[in-house]
Amino acid sequence: MQQAQRGWIFWAVAALFVGAAAVATFSIKNEYPFFAGYLILQFMVLATAWNILGGYAGYVNFGTSAFFGLGVYTAVFLFKATGAPLLVQIAVAAAVGALLGFLVGLLTLRMRGIFFSIATIALTIIIETFIINWKFVGGATGMPMIRPPAMPPFDSYIKMLFVNGAVMVVIAVALARFIQGSWIGRGLRALRDDELAAACSGVPTLKLKLLACVISGALMCAAGAPNAMYLSFADPASAFNLNYSVSALAMALIGGTGHWIGPVLGALLLSSTQQLLTVTISSEVNVLVLGLMLVLFVVAAPDGILGLFRRVRARFTGDAGGRV
Amino acid sequence: MSQALLDVKGVTKRFGGFTALDAVSVAIRPGERFGLVGPNGSGKTTLINCISGVLGLDKGTISFLGADISKLPTYLRTRRGIARSFQIPRPFRTMTVIENLMVAFEFTAGHGHGGHQSRDEAMALLEQMGLGAKAFRPSSELSQVELRKMELARAMAARPKLLISDEAMAGLSSAEIDEVLDLLIKVNQDGITIIMIEHIMHAVMRFSERVMCLDAGRIIASGTPAEVMADQRVQEAYLGASSQG
Amino acid sequence: MFSFELLLDAVVLGLLVGCFYAAVSIGLSVSFGLLDVPHVAHPAFLVLASYGTYILNQHGIDPIIAGLMLMPVLFVFGLFAYRVYYETFERRGGDAGVRGIAFFFGVAFVIEVLIILMFGVDQRSVQALYIGKSMGIGDMRIPLRLLVAFGVALTLTAALALYLARTFTGRAIRAVAQDELALRLMGANPVAVKQWAFGIATAVLGPAGALLIIVAPVDPTLDRAYIGRTFCVVVMAGLGSMSGTLIAGIILGVIESIVLTLYGASWAPAISFAMLLAVLAVRPQGLMGR
Repeated sequence: MQQAQRGWIFWAVAALFVGAAAVATFSIKNEYPFFAGYLILQFMVLATAWNILGGYAGYVNFGTSAFFGLGVYTAVFLFKATGAPLLVQIAVAAAVGALLGFLVGLLTLRMRGIFFSIATIALTIIIETFIINWKFVGGATGMPMIRPPAMPPFDSYIKMLFVNGAVMVVIAVALARFIQGSWIGRGLRALRDDELAAACSGVPTLKLKLLACVISGALMCAAGAPNAMYLSFADPASAFNLNYSVSALAMALIGGTGHWIGPVLGALLLSSTQQLLTVTISSEVNVLVLGLMLVLFVVAAPDGILGLFRRVRARFTGDAGGRV
Repeated sequence: MSQALLDVKGVTKRFGGFTALDAVSVAIRPGERFGLVGPNGSGKTTLINCISGVLGLDKGTISFLGADISKLPTYLRTRRGIARSFQIPRPFRTMTVIENLMVAFEFTAGHGHGGHQSRDEAMALLEQMGLGAKAFRPSSELSQVELRKMELARAMAARPKLLISDEAMAGLSSAEIDEVLDLLIKVNQDGITIIMIEHIMHAVMRFSERVMCLDAGRIIASGTPAEVMADQRVQEAYLGASSQG
Repeated sequence: MFSFELLLDAVVLGLLVGCFYAAVSIGLSVSFGLLDVPHVAHPAFLVLASYGTYILNQHGIDPIIAGLMLMPVLFVFGLFAYRVYYETFERRGGDAGVRGIAFFFGVAFVIEVLIILMFGVDQRSVQALYIGKSMGIGDMRIPLRLLVAFGVALTLTAALALYLARTFTGRAIRAVAQDELALRLMGANPVAVKQWAFGIATAVLGPAGALLIIVAPVDPTLDRAYIGRTFCVVVMAGLGSMSGTLIAGIILGVIESIVLTLYGASWAPAISFAMLLAVLAVRPQGLMGR
């Protein structure tokens, strides 16, 4: 299949996706599916964003919660200070995320992999501590967020968030897909496999890592912005909850880190499972299952679900190939 | 006197209290076949790491094509024309053999050059190394010896002006050593300067126009292969303390 | 409000707590500092050990004794954990780094959740003769439990340092960190040595976990704060240095204590992480760099 043909198919599917989301908001009256669906879309963005740095470049980011929480509080601050509309909140959050990604990258990307990971945990705690001490956005007790009226043609705010979420998924996936297929993706893959050999083969390793950090950070932060309105409440413990870090990582790893479909698949499966478990059993068990699945997949199926598909397909067609 | 291709001036490198290189100076001429020898731990790989930019210098400068590259990041040195292979092969494990080479092609020739032409060149390189049949196999399947050959092929894929081969022939059979030597000589005849680090003495003798011997971070001998091999200090360095009373 | 007495109090407390930080970090000095295992689950194991102490204490056993009793169990657990890690990640090479980190992260997470399921999110503490009383030294009143913790911590650190320096297996562990090939040539099996070392590093968490719950009540999410503290200490010390761990622990303890006194408790969690980042940026090889 030609590159151009694949492009058309992708954008056609993307348009259908957003279209379906929009149609659903007009035909389904009950708001609950949109509450649940929004979360799945949110995690699709987070997992895709994580994968750009974690999967393609091989730098395991434990600090998704930091960026997400920062996005939440950027929205809170903007709304409280200027009453800015949702799209502005998201755009500014993306810019803040990009800047933070750049600074973090500059500081930590020269370090060994594990120090980068720990530095990202440090980031979460440090930023959370600052926010807790910031009275203007509610400090430790949190801040209620009163939703403004939804923009037409939507009649409910949640439905608007849902469609917005769908658009964000398309943007995130399109970015990931572009990177994956371009020289940037190939360079990232080389540096992931062996950073030293990559540099000696002409790959601008630091620049590419910074780029991945910036894009990843921007997307994660942008994903956090609508969350404040989604919950109608923002507090540091929830916004910076470590679960976001574990989830984004787990969803990408379980889905498969080599291809942009992996995180989307992982997010779909895990987020649905999580919501099901929370509703039927308890939220602790849901989190336990998440952790166990992460460990299980990392040990037994390191290439995730996509990798399993590939192995099954290889067995049937007798083709091994070299891709991971 | 023609300008040196690579000019190493007074390079000193320390690791904590240990001096790996002590005021090493050498000028490599364009088109030269240069051999670098010395016992284990004498600083050969450290010197290569300094030249390729993997390590920074404590003292001294390194110039390439007349420009000071002492502070230049590794990837830019590669793009200017310095390529090296690693003593212990460092393949891109998740890629096929040919993809390994394509990385070097793409990132030294400029983006968007991953098309058919580079592919054909990559195949040709692999054929020359005897890896043609394995071009589309995952690099993780290769034997140690094949990995060494791929290392060299990948370094050549960077279309270097200066190629540094770091013990590329360890573990190769006699016939394979000759193959690789012939290939390197041909590459050199196409205009590429080559620095060869080797322990296999007959290879160094056959290949090099000029040889330099390091010991404990210092140059102890430099000259034609015959001169260096006959040098008593070189013999002592390899055999340990002098056997004379 | 600044007063010299307040500052002195802070420094003394910081000294005591700092030794305690060193004690909970020495295991990591071995597993991460010497063995290069990306053991982000170390603090989770630590918290697990303190809950183990809690259970034994419920049956009337003194917490320090409980900690010692847990050592054999933890040792075996450590052997097993390293085997799993080695077979899954170090053998395979390549992408193992990423997955190794993710693995330990997942394990830490699972441990935290299991503790929540078994004990709930409330804090737990232990009872002992020395908890609840304080002693007067000069002008200051120092909680007795901190003095006990100080003493045990020093003993533990010294014991491990001696073990590594004087015994045959201890020296083998140091050797394997520096030159695996040489060790192999000497006839020792590096993997077995590393496994043993990891077992020791985990066993040490027994008394360390006991100290944790002696010094202050524990809750399931405590491991997050201690990732910062333990890695801060280990990195500041210079990977693998035991004496460095003690010094680094004291530095962290004192600085935390001073900041706490001057600015209040809400800034406390960030200090160790901020120091860690600073050390990584400025002098990554630590005080006694390897």
